[in-house]
Amino acid sequence: MTRNTLKLALAAMGLVATGAQAQDVTLTIESWRNDDLALWQQEIIPAFEAEHSGIKVIFSPSAPTEYNAALNSKLDAGSAGDIITCRPFDASLALFEAGHLTDLDDMEAMNNFSEVAKSAWQTDDGSATFCVPMASVIHGFIYNADAFAELGIEVPETEAEFFAALDKIKEDGSYIPMAMGTNDQWEAATMGYNNIGPNYWKGEEGRRALIAGEQKLTDAAWVAPYEALAKWGDYLGDGYEAQTYPDSQNLFTLGRAAIYPAGSWEIAGFNAQADFAMGAFKPPVRNAGDTCYISDHTDIGIGMNAATANSEAARTFLAWVGSPEFASIFGNALPGFFPLSNTPVELTDPLAKEFVSWRGECESTIRSTYQILSRGTPNLENETWGASVAAIKGTSSPAELGQKLQDGLASWYAPQQ
Amino acid sequence: MSVPRIRWHIIVFLAPAVLVYTAVMIFPLFNTLRLALYSEVEQARVFVGLENFRTLFFDPIWSEQFWNALGNNFWFFLIHMLVQNPIGVALAAILSHPRLRFAALYRSAIFIPTILSFVIVGFAWKLILSPIWGIAPSMLDAVGLKFLFAPWLGKEEYALTTLALVSVWQFVGIPMMLIYAALLSIPEEILEAGELDGITGLSAFWKVKLPLILPSIGIISILTFVGNFNAFDLIYVAQGALAGPNFSTDILGTFMYRTFFGFQLQLGDPHMGSAIAGAMFAIILVGVCIYLFGIQTRMRRYQL
Amino acid sequence: MHRARKNPFNTMGMHGALILYTLIALFPVFVILVNSFKARKAIFREPLALPDSESFSLIGYQTVMRQGDFFLYFQNSMIVTVASLFFILLFGAMAAYALAEYRFKGNLLLGLYLALGIMIPIRIGTVAILEMMVATGLVNTLWALILVYTAQGLPLAVFILSEFMRQVSDDLKNAGRVDGLSEYTIFFRLVLPLVRPAMATVAVFNMIPIWNDLWFPLILAPSEETKTLTLGSQVFIGQFVTDWNAVLSALSMAILPVLILYVIFSRQLIRGITSGAVK
Repeated sequence: MTRNTLKLALAAMGLVATGAQAQDVTLTIESWRNDDLALWQQEIIPAFEAEHSGIKVIFSPSAPTEYNAALNSKLDAGSAGDIITCRPFDASLALFEAGHLTDLDDMEAMNNFSEVAKSAWQTDDGSATFCVPMASVIHGFIYNADAFAELGIEVPETEAEFFAALDKIKEDGSYIPMAMGTNDQWEAATMGYNNIGPNYWKGEEGRRALIAGEQKLTDAAWVAPYEALAKWGDYLGDGYEAQTYPDSQNLFTLGRAAIYPAGSWEIAGFNAQADFAMGAFKPPVRNAGDTCYISDHTDIGIGMNAATANSEAARTFLAWVGSPEFASIFGNALPGFFPLSNTPVELTDPLAKEFVSWRGECESTIRSTYQILSRGTPNLENETWGASVAAIKGTSSPAELGQKLQDGLASWYAPQQ
Repeated sequence: MSVPRIRWHIIVFLAPAVLVYTAVMIFPLFNTLRLALYSEVEQARVFVGLENFRTLFFDPIWSEQFWNALGNNFWFFLIHMLVQNPIGVALAAILSHPRLRFAALYRSAIFIPTILSFVIVGFAWKLILSPIWGIAPSMLDAVGLKFLFAPWLGKEEYALTTLALVSVWQFVGIPMMLIYAALLSIPEEILEAGELDGITGLSAFWKVKLPLILPSIGIISILTFVGNFNAFDLIYVAQGALAGPNFSTDILGTFMYRTFFGFQLQLGDPHMGSAIAGAMFAIILVGVCIYLFGIQTRMRRYQL
Repeated sequence: MHRARKNPFNTMGMHGALILYTLIALFPVFVILVNSFKARKAIFREPLALPDSESFSLIGYQTVMRQGDFFLYFQNSMIVTVASLFFILLFGAMAAYALAEYRFKGNLLLGLYLALGIMIPIRIGTVAILEMMVATGLVNTLWALILVYTAQGLPLAVFILSEFMRQVSDDLKNAGRVDGLSEYTIFFRLVLPLVRPAMATVAVFNMIPIWNDLWFPLILAPSEETKTLTLGSQVFIGQFVTDWNAVLSALSMAILPVLILYVIFSRQLIRGITSGAVK
């Protein structure tokens, strides 16, 4: 009896509580960044809600591997959240073309971003921009500074110095020279091929020439990175063929490996887990004095579900995400995800500062396979994963790999035919 | 039997299952499979007849992947038939031994892997087989067989077999339980009659029990077949949607998922995805028909 | 006569084989459980060692508990699993009985129709299912999951149960009819108890994929109030997650409830499987 009364009372209180909040609009964010859940809950959302009473925000991430499939299904059926975190280039373009994302060009906050930053979320002719750029990630190598000091190794600048350093670490034997595995495949392509590659194909110059059909994947500039990767196999740990991405991360942060081919997104996690000093160096150039190129890849944007019932509130939120204030919170809370806003953000993390300083010394580019070239079947990005693994394992020669990729691309991409 | 009136109880018995099943399963599935006959041209859906199937079977880009996945799937199935089901039968035979002590304990323990999710199974075995953290290598080392160790999941020639064996490990409890129940249901009189004729022990198993549990083995085989050709999760959890290394663990389920829902930069293609699902459906249908009309009808039935 | 059954050598052999296999079956579970209680470095240094005073750590569990209401997730998983099993067994047994017992036009065809579902993964119908759930307002309710799992489980249930229903002796049913029992009474009172082992089999077959499913909870009921245990623990096992303490703890928390339930109910389960059989 008493228990029932209690239940009733609780229910009544619940009703009262919901009644009071009825004017509040709740925005749900779809995202694949489940790693950042705590950060959104504890820092970003409270900062927004403090300024905008009446709008509640829920961050609802799913695992990265399921994100695209789950989001597409929910969008098709009309049950997706109000705010959509955008993958760069074609994945989001397809959502826009299918009418799931709203054109945001008219938003004032869009003026806070450069054309380059916006290019990842624009139609091919640039007439519509459908996501607010959030962050880019930079590739490079993170190293165990204690190990380098112990072995007397200088930070390598050129390819020759890079391999000399690896040889020295291998000879000494107390560290695995480089922590990378080929089991998950994307590591080899993303942290391998697209990390070192821009120095060979000269960044944007080569990437645009490939899209225009002026260069081919069989050209020396595109095969040379595979030749470099072919030498990596010797420096990876025993059984690297079955080493997964978390294995690589753990090998490095436990201090068992000296060099980690990285994306800047690792910084936060590595800071938390490694108990030794770390440093970072940019992808080695071929000869001393060459112009350096880095992969500064526009990676995360955020847009509005065209079917949302709360478009007013959603625009308010997106405008806030486009503001310098958000850039500062986000950039410092997540060192390694570099805000794309025009207003420079003062970063405090030394590793993140190191990465972002390369923007001043080198030419920036994005990953070669992301724009336009992965629209057809066979998918160039997926093929690049396989090719990078094959190069490292030595199961195919770099020339063969170039030929295979070129044949695949030419089979559907008109400018390459 | 030949009463012409409507027998309402039949309708009552059938209605709930047929309704729920039709509404929530068949309707959505066929709504989706229908897509196999269409294609998307400039944001519009166009009817293309069997064109997608022609692409799937004859365009080298697609057919190579399809036959690779199909071949892998048969290997996956073969390992289950050759390893999982014999082990299951053997365990059940031992467990059904009337004077065995602790039978309940063994039975429960051996069934535990079956109740685990793929996520757990994938993670646990990757940890154990990892060349980095050294559980499998150091255990082999302890018995002096270190040289046998290889990074199995990363090698094209071993990865699929390794995963098939992990799957066997996970599901061996099911044939074990089914056969166990079948063995227990054999009437004691039959066994005693056999014993009077001097048929005991192992020969009793081969000559008396095995023929009687053949229908159960038949059911298990067809369930294994259907399960294996729909399999997806373990490969996906362990090797990802690209089923590496170099597609050596790609089976029809992962191929279909990747195509239908897309992966990384590859956009989902519901039309080709449905075509693959249609092909899977046909393969399984053929297998089930062979079982239903070729095998099952020939097996002797016995009533309880 | 019973010589073979008592041979001590045989008995040892049998126990040896069973113990070996039991070890193989339990080893991976042991590895996960043990390591979930250890500090990060100890996991990697000695993955097989038991936690001691130095390496013992609950940090993983603390991380996991902070992220979600695991008791609620567990409750959701229970409701979904039990309700789905109930409907699968009830509807499945009724349909199987109709198919096995009565001759009517279209019997074989209907049987094949009901079996179609075991041949296509229901996952490819996701978008259509989701549209339907949105239209009926069932999205983000446990009912959406229960309906899908019931539909998904029915084909196999009908397939297995009708197989067993055919083995139930006709004499029994005819005796019932002579006594004037209705078809419903014959089914519920006479036939159902006899196919209990098959029902237990179907229950086991369906329980596992329902409990462990990740896909439909993710699509149909991802809200905080309706999250299932598997979905709740999945947050820790994404592509970019390296916090193995949290991963192992989340996995352990997903294992333990099923394990405990299984240990409690395995007796009933086995009794269910065998009771009808040993006659």
